[in-house]
Amino acid sequence: MSAIWESVWLALCSIGRSKLRSMLTVLGVLIGTAAVVTVVALGESAREQVSAQIQSLGSNLIYIFNASGEGQSQAGERAGYRLSVRDAEAIRRQVTGLKAITVYSSTAAQVGSEFESARVDVVGADQDYVTVRGYEVVSGRDLTLLEVQGKAKVCLIGQTASTKLFGSADPVGHSVRIGRHRFSVVGRLSPKGQTPFGTDQDDRIIMPIGSWHARVSPGKAGRVDMIIASAPDSATVDGLRNQMDQVMLEQHRTPPDGKRSYRLLTQDTFRQNEEEIYGVLSVVLVSVAAISLFVGGVGVMNIMLVSVNERRREIGTRLAVGARRRDIRWQFLAEAMTLTTLGGIAGLGLAQGGIEVLEDRLGWAMQLNFAAVLTALGTSLTLGLVFGLLPAQRAARLDPIEALRHE
Amino acid sequence: MARAPAHTSRRQLRLIAEGSARTADELVGSPLIELEGVGKDYVTGPEVVHALIDVELSIPRGQFVAIVGASGSGKSTLMNILGCLDRPSYGQYRLGGVDVGVRSVDDRALVRNRLIGFVFQGFNLLPRTSALENVELPLLYRGTPKRERRRLALQALDQVGLLGRASHRPNELSGGQQQRVAIARALVTRPPVLLADEPTGNLDSKTTREVMDLLEQLVADEGITLVLVTHEEDIAARAHRVISVRDGKIERDDYNTSPPSGRPSGPTALESAP
Repeated sequence: MSAIWESVWLALCSIGRSKLRSMLTVLGVLIGTAAVVTVVALGESAREQVSAQIQSLGSNLIYIFNASGEGQSQAGERAGYRLSVRDAEAIRRQVTGLKAITVYSSTAAQVGSEFESARVDVVGADQDYVTVRGYEVVSGRDLTLLEVQGKAKVCLIGQTASTKLFGSADPVGHSVRIGRHRFSVVGRLSPKGQTPFGTDQDDRIIMPIGSWHARVSPGKAGRVDMIIASAPDSATVDGLRNQMDQVMLEQHRTPPDGKRSYRLLTQDTFRQNEEEIYGVLSVVLVSVAAISLFVGGVGVMNIMLVSVNERRREIGTRLAVGARRRDIRWQFLAEAMTLTTLGGIAGLGLAQGGIEVLEDRLGWAMQLNFAAVLTALGTSLTLGLVFGLLPAQRAARLDPIEALRHE
Repeated sequence: MARAPAHTSRRQLRLIAEGSARTADELVGSPLIELEGVGKDYVTGPEVVHALIDVELSIPRGQFVAIVGASGSGKSTLMNILGCLDRPSYGQYRLGGVDVGVRSVDDRALVRNRLIGFVFQGFNLLPRTSALENVELPLLYRGTPKRERRRLALQALDQVGLLGRASHRPNELSGGQQQRVAIARALVTRPPVLLADEPTGNLDSKTTREVMDLLEQLVADEGITLVLVTHEEDIAARAHRVISVRDGKIERDDYNTSPPSGRPSGPTALESAP
């Protein structure tokens, strides 16, 4: 063990004798390590972030969207196959075991309060929306069934919209204006942050769907953008999804082209999609980082070869006083490995800096975890071993007489 | 022809490797260096160069031998073989009874480490490395513990009169001082043989005398066998024996009956050294 530290110490001395060159040599390794560590941290953080965002949608959700694209939806639309409040009612009646089901339609509109006016998402939903989506009413109260049935001029308000329109004041008891209509704010919702698709879930006001159709987005009576149901637990999601599909098939007779005019998705589908995207992204980023590490390693090998060549006389002297080939080989290997490990440590420092900058820019919590540190050190050590082998071998193979003759 | 059977050689090599105190004593008996019909051929392209042809040489312990000869005479090849840096193409080279010509690369490294000290014309000190660390170098490859290494290296530096320069780097030392550090490095392992290749070739006449006095003193006081290559006659004249090499053969082998006079004895010179 002490022999190893001795080699490391000798390597450090040797590296210390040509500081600038050593620094330039390990620059590649430094950047490569920093890239790997940052990318891994970024990937992990992004995954957590997305996972949290998906979680923020609610739990065990089943979505029904209007099918879109491929011209088929237009055909469907002409035939009148669009999601409607009636579909939700049918599911509510026929599918047992759902925790809750709600409808959702949204449009951006200019909304005014007595203080401010701002563009905010205006959502038409029903009394179960808050339950399905997992919001909490932090001030005031939820929408009631009576208000939904009566198309009352009331609304709930999200955190961001509330701040935009009312500042720090509590909006409950005040009213907002959309066009010529006034809606009284009955409740304020807890903040949720962004969806995985990048929309702010708190920059919205929510009102009874009937009221929304009548006053905010007329001309689409009964139509909704989506139906959202929530299952009581993850085990029942698939069964309930199939039941909902059955009901929807009955509601919407199969169109002439045989394609369904709606799409059913579960929250898990989002998660899988996101996982896939991040999986591919990580592979790409890690590959790029690995390439930079490889290039860094080749740089180290190159300089080590030059160094072996320049130090032929030193090697000759060492051989003359009794160094065995393996002593010489180990000396240069230790030097390469010490060099790359120093690069790795410096790379960790750089990564820490990079992560702080990214944290600042993205507003995500990121950190250098223990695994990343271990990976960086392991990688740089291995890099030294792999790329130091050829120069070390070359040094060890030198003929002492030839080496001593070198000027 | 082989006076020492192979198993004896192996046992002795092991003793050498173990650094046994008895080893040096065991080596005293027979001639320390014995070359029997040693030759070296180099193949350079289509030609074969006979650098050394059928050399017979026997050097007893404690002798100071000068090897002289023109460049290309084969004296460098002879020195390389004596120093176990090269192996003979044919013939037998026994060092302390051990047939070292047939040993493996690592065995020859061991022999160089245990039995031979080198002094080069160009000093060959590691640059940007202190005198002390330079002197420690052979002990490093012997696996001597750090504390012991330091102690022996300081002792060797003291012996060459450079104790006060232990922390100096080669570029902070004069040529004569550098060569004395190199001699300390050769001495630190207490080898029976010192091989010096033009040790004063890069030195002026005053430092040449100092270095030669030091080497002679080692022969006289320590019983070291000194084999020295030189082309300077007055240096060769100080040796017990002068071997002239020409065209790969030993042309003359003369003993200097009376040592040249008019020079101070070793210890005095050493004490007066700067």
